[in-house]
Amino acid sequence: MAILKINNLSKSFGGLKAINNVSFHLQEGAIKAVIGPNGAGKTTLFNLISGFLKPDNGSIIFKDTGIDGLDAHRIATLGIARTFQHIRLFPGMNVLENVMMGRHRFARTGFLSSMLNMPWKRREEREIKEKALYALEFVGIAELAYKDALELSYGQQRLVELARALALEPEILLLDEPAAGLNMRETAEMGILIERIRDKGVTVLIVEHDMTLIMKISDEIVVLSYGEKIAEDNPLSIQKNEEVIRVYLGEEDA
Amino acid sequence: MSAELFFQYIAAGITYGIIYAIVAIGFNIIYNTTGIINFAQGEFLMLGSMIAISLHDFMPLFPSIVLAVIITMFIGALIELLFIRWLEGPSILRMIIITIGISILIRELALAIWGESVRALPYFTGDEVTSVSIGVVKVSPQVLWVVGICILMVIILQIFFQFTLLGRKMRACATNPMAARLCGINTKNMVTLSFMLSALIGAVAGCVVSPITYSQYNMGTGLAIKGFTVAILGGLGNSLAALGGGIVLGLLESFSVWVMPSAYKDAISIAILLIILFVRPTGLFGSKETMALKEF
Repeated sequence: MAILKINNLSKSFGGLKAINNVSFHLQEGAIKAVIGPNGAGKTTLFNLISGFLKPDNGSIIFKDTGIDGLDAHRIATLGIARTFQHIRLFPGMNVLENVMMGRHRFARTGFLSSMLNMPWKRREEREIKEKALYALEFVGIAELAYKDALELSYGQQRLVELARALALEPEILLLDEPAAGLNMRETAEMGILIERIRDKGVTVLIVEHDMTLIMKISDEIVVLSYGEKIAEDNPLSIQKNEEVIRVYLGEEDA
Repeated sequence: MSAELFFQYIAAGITYGIIYAIVAIGFNIIYNTTGIINFAQGEFLMLGSMIAISLHDFMPLFPSIVLAVIITMFIGALIELLFIRWLEGPSILRMIIITIGISILIRELALAIWGESVRALPYFTGDEVTSVSIGVVKVSPQVLWVVGICILMVIILQIFFQFTLLGRKMRACATNPMAARLCGINTKNMVTLSFMLSALIGAVAGCVVSPITYSQYNMGTGLAIKGFTVAILGGLGNSLAALGGGIVLGLLESFSVWVMPSAYKDAISIAILLIILFVRPTGLFGSKETMALKEF
């Protein structure tokens, strides 16, 4: 079943068509990859789905609800989480507090009850903490919970961001270049982790340049070039697709 | 100068310094969540004290203060809802000009409502002539109220921002609005909340200081300039640095009376503001890195 349907999506910046009439479906429980050369519109596509940009045309349907044009925080609350290509953690908070921010949508936070430290407030805070710790455990960095988030290595910061996204208990997880800046071992571990996330029942849409990783984990691949979809198929067929090869390698004899 | 006079100056300096610091913290809270300097900050003190004075005609002192603070909070929220929230990607300059306009508007409304008369809340304990001795210094009990309540507010704010989920949400919006939205946080509501918080501490400060400084429709402007100086002096965005900066400015003003006519007292803060902006725009306690962090 398609959990996310993208229909005839378009977005222009001035004269540049960053996304031009792109359509595809995301099957529930699958890992789908979006690839394409630099400037193909991959990040714009993610910004449209997560609500940081509003599309000029087309629709984005999440489980029968149109979400195009909704504000980013509403989309996150509906169950679509996302990580960034450039890590965005909250400075001045430790790892656990960073992940706890992802849980906040399950909390009722009143100013007065927070200040007065009501008993049910404390219970709620404890619950949020437990769930956040569980998310950290899932990505394998529970022992770093009380470290300052910005003191961690790049790879560890990525895992914190991932744990924060998972703490939202999303149905769809958008990963924007999760392996960028990771070494080979870390990349392989990230691949295994993404598969484990899928096995938990979370549908994954991933943008990534590391082809080894993409070919290994994804069920389906969408290829973008200059804002247009040029192919959509399983990894093996994509590798043999002449149009894709031409876009990636260039026409040598042209 | 006698030791007694010396300590008297210090006591006066600290009292005024703490008031300036509270105004500066009001600036900081809104600056941290929106990046704008709310030049209507001083008006929150004026509104808090003027409303409390009017309400005091009908009810005892403390209920009238509490009610005035609540009303000022709602005015703060209203300002944000009416003038800031609906702007689509406004430039910082545009928003700052808007806040200057709001401050003029509020001042003129206050003039229409209360006239030019100078009013004051009664002393919380005792009256004008009551005094408490601390060592060689004799101070009015109201000074202790000012210092006590303001320091209490700073402590409560620190606890709020550090240890409560809502406080952390506000910090999240300040340090990384994009990621905060991804966590499902409605950043616009956090901005409204920051205006309410700013209005709250402004109104409380306006009420406790009213018996000493008196209240008038235009008291906000001077306080806003002093508070802005302190916020810059301490390094924008940081509350504890604002407290330090406030006391530095308060003491300088207080001792300036000793070397030059008291009419020049206000020139001190303007001079400091200019010097800091030229020499060290990140403030005494700030650095570029901490400025970028926008911690409360």
